[in-house]
Amino acid sequence: MRINRINKKTPTIDPTVSNFSEIDKLLAEYKGRKGTLIPILQGVQEILGYLPPRVFQKIADATGIPVSDLYGVATFYAQFRLHPVGKLMIKVCHGTACHVQNASAVSSAIEEALGVKDGDTTADGLFTLESVACLGCCSLAPVMMIGSETFGKLTGSEAVKIIKEIRQRETSTTADLVNNK
Amino acid sequence: MQNTKIIVGLGSCGIAAGAGKTYQKIETLIAEGNLDIKLGKTSCVGMCYREPLVEIHDATGVYLYGDVDESRVSEIIEKHIREHTPVKEYLVKTDLFPTPDDTFLKDQVKITLRNCGMIDPEQIEEYEARGGYEAVKKITAEKLTSADIIKTVLESGIRGRGGGGFPTGMKWKFAAGYPSPEKYIICNADEGDPGAFMDRSVLEGDPHTVLEGMIIGGYAIGASDGIIYCRAEYPLAIKRLNIALGQARAKGYLGIDACGIAGFNFDIHIKEGAGAFVCGEETALIASVEGRRGMPRKRPPFPAQSGLWNKPTNINNVETFAGIPWIILNGAEAFAHYGTEKSKGTKVFALAGKVKRSGLVEVPMGMTIRDVIFNLGGGIKNDKKFKAVQMGGPSGGCIPEYLADTVVDYDSVTATGAIMGSGGMVVMDETTCMVDVAKFFLDFTCKESCGKCTFCRIGTKRMLEILERITNGEGKPSDLDELIDLAQQIKENTLCGLGQTAPNPVLTTLRYFRDEYEAHINQHKCPAKVCKKLLTYSVNEAKCTGCTVCARNCPVNAIDGERKKVHSIRQDACIKCGLCFTKCKFDAIELS
Ligand SMILES: Cc1cc2nc3c(=O)[nH]c(=O)nc-3n(C[C@H](O)[C@H](O)[C@H](O)COP(=O)(O)O)c2cc1C
Ligand code: SF4
Ligand code: SF4
Ligand code: FES
Ligand code: FES
Repeated sequence: MRINRINKKTPTIDPTVSNFSEIDKLLAEYKGRKGTLIPILQGVQEILGYLPPRVFQKIADATGIPVSDLYGVATFYAQFRLHPVGKLMIKVCHGTACHVQNASAVSSAIEEALGVKDGDTTADGLFTLESVACLGCCSLAPVMMIGSETFGKLTGSEAVKIIKEIRQRETSTTADLVNNK
Repeated sequence: MQNTKIIVGLGSCGIAAGAGKTYQKIETLIAEGNLDIKLGKTSCVGMCYREPLVEIHDATGVYLYGDVDESRVSEIIEKHIREHTPVKEYLVKTDLFPTPDDTFLKDQVKITLRNCGMIDPEQIEEYEARGGYEAVKKITAEKLTSADIIKTVLESGIRGRGGGGFPTGMKWKFAAGYPSPEKYIICNADEGDPGAFMDRSVLEGDPHTVLEGMIIGGYAIGASDGIIYCRAEYPLAIKRLNIALGQARAKGYLGIDACGIAGFNFDIHIKEGAGAFVCGEETALIASVEGRRGMPRKRPPFPAQSGLWNKPTNINNVETFAGIPWIILNGAEAFAHYGTEKSKGTKVFALAGKVKRSGLVEVPMGMTIRDVIFNLGGGIKNDKKFKAVQMGGPSGGCIPEYLADTVVDYDSVTATGAIMGSGGMVVMDETTCMVDVAKFFLDFTCKESCGKCTFCRIGTKRMLEILERITNGEGKPSDLDELIDLAQQIKENTLCGLGQTAPNPVLTTLRYFRDEYEAHINQHKCPAKVCKKLLTYSVNEAKCTGCTVCARNCPVNAIDGERKKVHSIRQDACIKCGLCFTKCKFDAIELS
C-alpha cells in the first residue's frame, strides 16, 4: 500500500533553508502553466534534497493548490522524500533479476557494515540506504547505484568494499577542503 | 592505420560494467601514442554479458571485443593496432571467422533494434545515414494521408508492445476518429516491470527512431502535441532524448509545419515519472502527467475519446513506436512476413537471471522459448538445471521447463497462464524457490497498489501474509485453497490491470510447482534451499579451520568452538539469520 510511504516518525525540525530564492525562481518559471506540480516538487527536491514542511505552504501559496493535495502527491510517489537524506543515496536493486541472484545478501551486508537499516541514513550523514525495484541493468544483477554511479555483478563483500572506498574518497576530500582553508 | 576507428559501447549497463573507464583509457592511449585513430561512441548491441564492448574498424574488417576492461585496452591497442594482430581470445564477433558468440546474433532479426549499437545516438546524422527520418520524408514525397498510414500500420499487424497487445492500427484509427484541435500522443516509457530493460536500451541507443515513430503517429491521428513519459530512474535515456529533441527541432522534424508537412504543427516534450509502477497504466499515467496522484480510473471513456486534459489521447509503448518508421519505409508486408498468424513481426526480449548470456535480443514471433534461452542465451549459468522462465513481470507468470517449447506469441504465452508482457524474461534454475518468487511479486504489487480498490489494496496483502507464513514454515494445508480463492476475488473485483493480474505469479507457480508449496507446508522444507527459516545450518567438520569468524558474527551466540578447533552450532539457539554462512571463508557452513 502506498500509504506506507507516509512516514510516521516525528517530522524533523525545519532547517533554516537558505536557498529559498532558487525555489522562488523555480516557482516563477512554472507560474500559470498546467500540470506542473510534479516537476515543481522534483525541482524543489533537487535543490533541497527533500521536501521540508515549510515548502509545502510556499508551493501552495504560489500555485493555489491546497497543501492537502500537495501532500497527497508527495506521499504517492516513491521519489519524494519528506525527510533529509545523506549526501549519497545507496540504491540496492531488488527487482526480479537481482532478487533471484541474491540481492538480499547485498543489502544485509551493507546494513551490517554501515549499521543502518533500509531507509536510514548513516550517522555521519554520508549515505542513505534504500532498496529500489530495477535500475534497468538487470543483466549485471545484482546491481546497486551510489549517487549516479552503477555497480553490477555484486556480492555482499564487494558492495561493502566499494562503499568503503567511496567513504574514504569522500572523507579525504572534505579533509582537503578543510586543510586548504 | 589510416581510417581506423574505435567505437565504445556506452549504454547504461556498459557504463556500469566500466565502459566509461575503458573509453577514457583508449582516449589517453591514442593521445599518448599520437595514433591516427577516430574514437567514437555508440550504445549497446544487446550483448550485456560481454560488456564493456569495443569495436575496431580497420582496413581488414570489423572486430568486436568483449569484456574490455582497462587492462585489456592496453593489450588490444598494442597487439591489434600496433602489431596488426587481432587478439583472438577477446574477440566476440568479426566478419573474418566464426566465434562462439555468433549464435547470440545469428537468429535475431533486428527491426526495432536495427540501429542500437550501430550508431552514435547523440548524432542525428548517423541516424539519418541509416535511413532515419526517411519514413517521414516518404509522407511528403508520396503525399500519404493519415488514412494511408493507419492502413499500413493495420496491415502490418503490429500489436502494442507495452503488454496489452492491442493492435496499434486500430488504436490509431479510434484516436483519429475524434477530431479535436488539441490532441495528444504519448509514449509510455515508464518501463515498470522489474527485470526488463528493452525500452531503456532503445531510448539510449536510438532515441530518434522513437521520435520518428511518434511523429508518424502524431500525423496519423492528428495530434497537436507529443509527450514522452519516462521513468526517472533512466537519467541517460532522458539525457539522450533531450539531445535528440533539440536536434530534431533544429532540423525541422518538429515544430511548425513539422517535417515540411504544411499545417502539421507538432512538438514533443518529456515528462519525468516520479516512481510509481501503476503509472504505467494509461489512465494513471494521464493523471500523473496532469500532476495528480497516479490512480487509474474507470474506462470508458477510453483515452482515445477523453484522455489528457479531457482531450483525445493515444498512448503507445516505446518499442511500438520504434518499429513504426521501419514499417512505413519497408511496407506492411515486410513486417508481417515475420511472426505467427496473430502475432506479427519481431519482439525484443530482455534476457536476465540465471542465463549465461544475458542481454537484449530481438527475435521473430514464433520462436520457441527454449531456442531463445538455449540458442541465443547459451543456456543456464554454471550449467545448472533450467527450472522456469518468468515472463510478464508482476502481471505474468512462471513458465516451467516442460513448456519451454511454447512459442513466443501473444496467444501461446497467455495460454500458459503467463503473459507476453513487455518482454522481460527472467530465467530461473534449480536454486530458485518458486514460492519465494511468488512472494516477491506479491510484495511488489502490494506495495505498488494505488489503494483505490479494496481487493487490490487488502487482498494482495492477505495473499502476501499467507505466502510469508508458508515460507516461514508455518503454512497450513488449507492455505493453498485460500490463496486460490483470494486470487479469484482479486481478479474479479479490481479496476485496473495491476490488480487484475496481481495473482498471476501465484496462480502459475501453484499450477506448475504445487509440490514446492506442499514441501514448504507439509515437510517444512524449501527444496531450492532459499527460504532461510526452513534451513538448518551446520558446520562441516572437514572444512572448518576453527577461524572463529562464524562464532564472532553470530548475533545470538549459537556457535561454540575454540580457535583452531572445529566449531558447532546449537540448533535450539540458532535463529537462522544466515550470517555464519555468508561470513565463513572456507565454505564450512552447510545448509540443509
Ligand atoms: C499496472 C500496469 C503497468 C503498466 N506498465 C506499463 C509500462 O511500464 N510500459 C508500457 O508501455 N505499458 C505499460 N502498461 C500498459 C499500458 O497501460 C498501455 O496498455 C500501453 O502503454 C499501450 O501501449 P501499446 O499499445 O503500444 O502496448 C501497464 C499497464 C498496467 C495495468
Ligand atoms: S486494481 Fe489496484 S492499482 Fe488498479 S486501480 Fe485498483 S487499487 Fe489501484
Ligand atoms: S545462522 Fe545465524 S543464528 Fe544460526 S548459527 Fe549462523 S550466525 Fe548464528
Ligand atoms: S532487476 Fe535489478 S537492475 Fe533490473
Ligand atoms: S549493455 Fe546494452 S542493454 Fe545491457
